[in-house]
Amino acid sequence: MSGAADVRLQDSQFGVYVHVPFCASRCDYCAFATWTDRQHLVERYLTAVRTEIRRAVDDGMARATSVFVGGGTPTLVPGDDLATVISAIPVVDGAEVTVECNPDDVTESLLCSYRDAGVNRVSIGVQSMVPHVLLALGRRHDPDNVVAAVDAVRAVGLATFNLDVIYGTVGERLSDWEATLASIVALDPPHVSAYGLTVEPGTPLADDPDRFPDDDDQADKYERTDDVLAGVGMRNYEVSNWCRPGHECRHNQLYWRQGDYRGFGCAAHSHRNGRRWWNVRTPDRYVDLVESGCETEAAGETLDERTRHREALELALRTSDGVPLDALEGSALPGLVTRAGDRWVLTRAGRLLANEVSLRLG
Amino acid sequence: MAPAHAIGGLGALPTVTGSIGERPMDLARIRNFSIIAHIDHGKSTLSDRILEMTGAVDMRQMRDQYLDSMDLERERGITIKAQNVRVEWKGDVFHLIDTPGHVDFGYEVSRSLAACEGVVLVVDAAQGIEAQTLANCYLAMEHDLEIVAALNKIDLPAADPDRYAAEIEKVLGIPADSILRISAKTGTGVDALLDAVAERIPPPTGDEDAPLQALIFDSQFDQYRGVVSSVRVMHGRLTAGSKVTFMQAAASHEAIEIGIRRPVPTPVAELGPGEVGYLIAGIKEVAQARSGETITTSLRGADTPLAGYRDPKPMVFSGLFPIDGDEFENLRDSLEKLSLNDASVTYVPESSGALGFGFRCGFLGLLHMEIVKERLEREFGLGLIATAPSVEYQVTQTDGSVVHVANPAELPQVQSIERIAEPYYKILIITPTDYTGTLMELCQARRGEMGKIEYLSSERVELQYELPLAEVVVDFFDQLKSRSQGYASLDYEPSGYRASDLVRVDVLLNGQTADAFSTIVHRSGAAAYGRRMTEKLRELIPRQLFDVPIQAAIGGKVIARETVRAKRKDVLAKCYGGDITRKRKLLERQKEGKKRMKSIGRVEVPGDVFISVLKLGD
Repeated sequence: MSGAADVRLQDSQFGVYVHVPFCASRCDYCAFATWTDRQHLVERYLTAVRTEIRRAVDDGMARATSVFVGGGTPTLVPGDDLATVISAIPVVDGAEVTVECNPDDVTESLLCSYRDAGVNRVSIGVQSMVPHVLLALGRRHDPDNVVAAVDAVRAVGLATFNLDVIYGTVGERLSDWEATLASIVALDPPHVSAYGLTVEPGTPLADDPDRFPDDDDQADKYERTDDVLAGVGMRNYEVSNWCRPGHECRHNQLYWRQGDYRGFGCAAHSHRNGRRWWNVRTPDRYVDLVESGCETEAAGETLDERTRHREALELALRTSDGVPLDALEGSALPGLVTRAGDRWVLTRAGRLLANEVSLRLG
Repeated sequence: MAPAHAIGGLGALPTVTGSIGERPMDLARIRNFSIIAHIDHGKSTLSDRILEMTGAVDMRQMRDQYLDSMDLERERGITIKAQNVRVEWKGDVFHLIDTPGHVDFGYEVSRSLAACEGVVLVVDAAQGIEAQTLANCYLAMEHDLEIVAALNKIDLPAADPDRYAAEIEKVLGIPADSILRISAKTGTGVDALLDAVAERIPPPTGDEDAPLQALIFDSQFDQYRGVVSSVRVMHGRLTAGSKVTFMQAAASHEAIEIGIRRPVPTPVAELGPGEVGYLIAGIKEVAQARSGETITTSLRGADTPLAGYRDPKPMVFSGLFPIDGDEFENLRDSLEKLSLNDASVTYVPESSGALGFGFRCGFLGLLHMEIVKERLEREFGLGLIATAPSVEYQVTQTDGSVVHVANPAELPQVQSIERIAEPYYKILIITPTDYTGTLMELCQARRGEMGKIEYLSSERVELQYELPLAEVVVDFFDQLKSRSQGYASLDYEPSGYRASDLVRVDVLLNGQTADAFSTIVHRSGAAAYGRRMTEKLRELIPRQLFDVPIQAAIGGKVIARETVRAKRKDVLAKCYGGDITRKRKLLERQKEGKKRMKSIGRVEVPGDVFISVLKLGD
């Protein structure tokens, strides 16, 4: 194996993403395309997504090896309606099908309708298990709901699940974060995504420097996370993702290996063989375009071979795949990368400085 | 391409009739003047209106002609400016002489004024006289020039000419009832202004039969014709084709072409006393034809040059280094080209342990330094780092020898220094009385010695100080402006060297001396300076992949220390399908940012850190 091509997926791998842009309330750190005041659009929106999917199928879209329904808050729309969207997507046998869930919304019956549509994985937005931190994040759920949601997942018999957590919120002490870690570990999750709170331009958080996360604090918490999760047998396989063996999120791995995927819904991104494009941002415009039979693409870019190669390395570097030895002068970065066979792989300190290491690629 | 000296013969241009072509010129009919105005108070609008109203060309022709000139400029690199223009008004000949506008170029202003018998002071009738205009007015008064004052923009609703006429009377002693009221934009009152120029500004005097003495008051480099100098004949006659001597440069040249600008350059056979025009003498760089130079005939020339010449001496020095080391030769070429039309820049190669190869450059002042750096970056596409500006010290060594040190890194060893002298400036501040206290504090904090205080009126005061130049070059002007809300004006001139108790403060980055940060300061302030320097650098130097100690030291003894802690986190938390494009662009930007960093040792330092560090604050 040499170059970056070896980390690209086989052509047979193909992902589908569905964006659900509705939320009950807006978290002030969130920069995603979500709206809290478009409930009246839900029905038309889901219909439009089904239409867009059907057109793609008619155009010969491949069967998906993974499906991811994200948002927004997918659990905010009626379970049966979302199930019809998921069912419209042709998948291969054994495909991984994930839905992002708000723990407050999760019930066994909701999960049953998902499961019956082929869903076999959920990603639960825990964020924190400490009430004052949740409040500071603008999240309203009760940590107990997380426990109940996990119980429901198990009761319904979904194959696997993920817990999403965020560290670095203003006012979150190291001990608060340790409490969150302890609480989620107690739920024995097969997969954890732990994200450092990020200040995204254009969000209310971006206008409030007093609440900006501190890099050193986040670095401490990252290291603690890695310690705790490794302690229960979970392996880090991407900067912000840990899992028990065999529970890697295949859909995300497809992103990181520059695989092809098709996004449906407003603001959804797609990629095919070096061309990336994305749909119009607002649900209103998306619905209008689909209903009038128009293209939904807002803009796109075609990567030249060099940029594509570089991007492949940048993505691979963030994962436990690492990059080929000739892509990096790893010996000049002691402590940040380590040699694993014929590849350089980020150490824990290196993962925290992945951008710096990325700049030295190639 | 047509021969260069054919410019004057462009047939399409309107010919000017009347006295302009007559020879010899009657002195009594000549008026030479400059317009003094604050920026935006309407100088160029008034110049345009004068060109139009004197009938040199009509409005539409003027525009066409202007455009033609621009084409010429583009095609043949000929610089034709609406400056030093000859126009005619009711049978009189006016020479309108342009002046540069900043205190760094005070000497050039004084040379321009030396070519005039009067000035037109233009003041915005809605804003009143601005501080910077005053210094030039005082300069005009020192030259005994007649001042014709005019309040401009009287067509504006906010105009309050009565109030500002009273103010001008109070500040400059010009009777309010003699101040004209005009609108350069609409043309209102401009004819009266021109009449006043003719009536009030005295004609030049001069002896046509005396040996030639002509003053160069401006030189521009033209890539096709070489140096084109603006000249004012004082005595005698400057004749085309004659052999002339540049007295201060002690060089002889042929007067290849002499001419007048109306505004298009028009060759003439000769210029007599009182006349203003241009001279082309095949000179390759403006340093050979500096402002203030006296021209005489090579045969039977004048014995003495005109008074007032001085070599423009660089006062502020700074190292200029290419951010990309491979650009050194490029920087050398660019400096050579730039100095063809800016005689006041000096440059000698310099090597810095921290910054590699570059040039130690001398400038007239801080503004001049910024202009030159900007021109090098913009016109020549260079990325540059400028080190902390320094003045030139006179260092007497224990063996009695004296060395001039304009680069702190080159200061001799402490033990071989007998004493160090630094340049002092006499500075003049004119300020509304409200700011007297805060400006005196500023001068005292900068080791100033008070000369005198003089009340110009109940509202305006003049402060005189002697200040070390080193204290003036570091944001003194900014401080003066901010403390006086922009109202105080500053003028300065060198006043010799004085011995001072000076020491060099070195900066060590990551244990290595970064010579580019070395600064010479007064011993009394060295410790505080070292602390401020290290604190400031800690803020300015981004966190690196390792701890970076920053130390300030005097003669090897550390006086302050700070540490930039190693960066621990620089990673995007999420990188999924919709994030990939953004993430790639973020990394591209980060990479671009690194290109603006200079590696000093292993430490990456932003290119503007040297300038930022200067703004240490008081």
